[in-house]
Amino acid sequence: MKIGIPKDGRFGDFGGKYIPETLAPAIEELERNYLKIRNDKNFKKELGRLLIDYAGRPTPIYFARNLTKTVGGAKIYLKREDLLHGGAHKINNTLGQALLAKRMGKKRIIAETGAGQHGVATAMACASLGLKAEIYMGYVDTVRQKQNVFRMELLGAKVHAVKSGSKTLKDAINEAMRDWITNVDSTYYLLGSAVGPHPYPLMVRDFQAVIGVEIKKQMKKIPNAVIACVGGGSNAIGTFYPLIDTNTKIIGIEAGGKGVKTKLHSAPLTAGKKGVLHGMMTYLMQDKDGQISETHSISAGLDYPGVGPEHAYLKDEKRVEYKAVTDNEVIDAFLILTRTEGIIPALESAHAIAHAIKISKKMKKTESIVVTLSGRGDKDIDIVKEYLSKNVKNKRKI
Amino acid sequence: MSKIKEKFKQLKSKNESALISYIMAGYPSEKATLAAVRGLIQGGTDIIELGFPFSDPIADGPTIQMASTESLNSGTKINNFFSIVKKIRKESDIPLVLMTYTNILYNQTYEKFILRAKQAGIDGLILPDMAIEESKEYVKAAKKVGMDTIFLVSPNTEKDRLKQIIKSTSGFLYMVAVFGTTGVQTKIHKYTIDALKNTKNAAKGKIPVGVGFGISTDKDVQKYVSSGADAVIVGSANIKIIENTPTSKIQTRIATFTKKLKNKTK
Repeated sequence: MKIGIPKDGRFGDFGGKYIPETLAPAIEELERNYLKIRNDKNFKKELGRLLIDYAGRPTPIYFARNLTKTVGGAKIYLKREDLLHGGAHKINNTLGQALLAKRMGKKRIIAETGAGQHGVATAMACASLGLKAEIYMGYVDTVRQKQNVFRMELLGAKVHAVKSGSKTLKDAINEAMRDWITNVDSTYYLLGSAVGPHPYPLMVRDFQAVIGVEIKKQMKKIPNAVIACVGGGSNAIGTFYPLIDTNTKIIGIEAGGKGVKTKLHSAPLTAGKKGVLHGMMTYLMQDKDGQISETHSISAGLDYPGVGPEHAYLKDEKRVEYKAVTDNEVIDAFLILTRTEGIIPALESAHAIAHAIKISKKMKKTESIVVTLSGRGDKDIDIVKEYLSKNVKNKRKI
Repeated sequence: MSKIKEKFKQLKSKNESALISYIMAGYPSEKATLAAVRGLIQGGTDIIELGFPFSDPIADGPTIQMASTESLNSGTKINNFFSIVKKIRKESDIPLVLMTYTNILYNQTYEKFILRAKQAGIDGLILPDMAIEESKEYVKAAKKVGMDTIFLVSPNTEKDRLKQIIKSTSGFLYMVAVFGTTGVQTKIHKYTIDALKNTKNAAKGKIPVGVGFGISTDKDVQKYVSSGADAVIVGSANIKIIENTPTSKIQTRIATFTKKLKNKTK
């Protein structure tokens, strides 16, 4: 299977550019410039250096021997994106796009953020490259991830709390797009996930593919399975893409919330329907009139009704299997990893851990699984604490 | 000939420009919407643009966002929308345009939705997030039943692209006056007037050009009409009147406001 640059911005049926006309010239300019630097040696060199000495690449691959022993199945390896500067994989993409913005002569950067990790990574990249950053964040998220709001502000970014709609990630994207429409000449929109109109899904995948490329190099042989969590899907597509043409089993984990049979989840690939949102055609959670549904996840970073178009394509092509795990399973996985390995995972990443635990039991001890640990969980400890105070069963496991 | 095309032809023979008035269906209620429609007709508007709310209206400013949210919260479904359209059709044959977002149509398939809209009495469609590159299937489905597809152009739309958009447009071409979302009022920029001239040139002999976004006073209407606009679209200003008026008085107030605007198109 070979994907490369999607023709007409489409991965099969998915993707495209469903955008207000005012953005058409900006998207064209972006596409032109991105395709130019995509194979530019100097750009690659500059970004490569930043990824090494600023962001902390390559990240280690860690054999989680205690977790493996506790679960008692296949060997579980962790790709430690949580060790990157800023505490998540997001910096891989923000450095790339901020460098591109700088080359395009744009001085004002806007971005959306859910959990705040992309906002922080944008603020860091902008501070280090001398760019002005403004971040849109849903009001609900500014409350549940308030530490990240202050981090962004400390880094010199301006944070706008978005109070329209469901006041979460999707509304932050709406507001960032409105800002872009209004300030289209001066502003670069630095999207944080593999979503949005073409060329964003391509660009974000390319910048995140460093994850999968390193996994391939670091593992002595191709693992039997790789697992990553999927919200918009940037760490997942970065993990999966370089492994697409191997025979490894690839699994993406969506946020099952309180269960995919309830309405309280964020799992469009598992329980959604094709549609158009935020400039792309993809699977969406929507009602029978086509109104986008409100989503739920214990992790702010996965609380999104859509998903990157390349994932939608990989699902339809049956190259990647997409599953959902519930909030409850996520908390259990969070606790297990924390206690057995001394690693506090982001709740987003704990989704992938939860599924790894499930399947490793059924695999042979000689087999191996790589899980992308996309971020660290310091930002989530208040949420976990609150959850445990309400759910005694999980608490007993501490 | 489509109802919209016919309307422009009539107006041209009288040397008038069209006033196009936008309101949001179901905001704040079906009753208020019907009262507003009566007011618009009474005030002499030429075409009515009826919005159907979408949960994520990225091209809309605060006023229409608010109206969308309120309309959805009050329970407006697509079935209610078509029932409003049918009620209007019992009273008037004024050209009716539906403005909504792509997903609302795509959800039911372009073909089924457009057929249903046509049967209810809709004459044209405006989808602010439908880019020309993605529109093949949509335009095909609309053509099949004689539904006008009204595309938007912006002051920064390049020449070749403008030509391409004009080819797919029927009814009228909707030129966005400002860089921004709906309803955000600014002064009238020179770049808008320049863009209007360029757009008119490109559309000459092919399709009328309407200007919208941020137009709220009779002075604005006069300025755009004297600069060559074939139509002027007023939206958020109507929503603001409806927001601040009890349902029993909506018809009169909308009629008074509309009359004032319409006078400047003559």
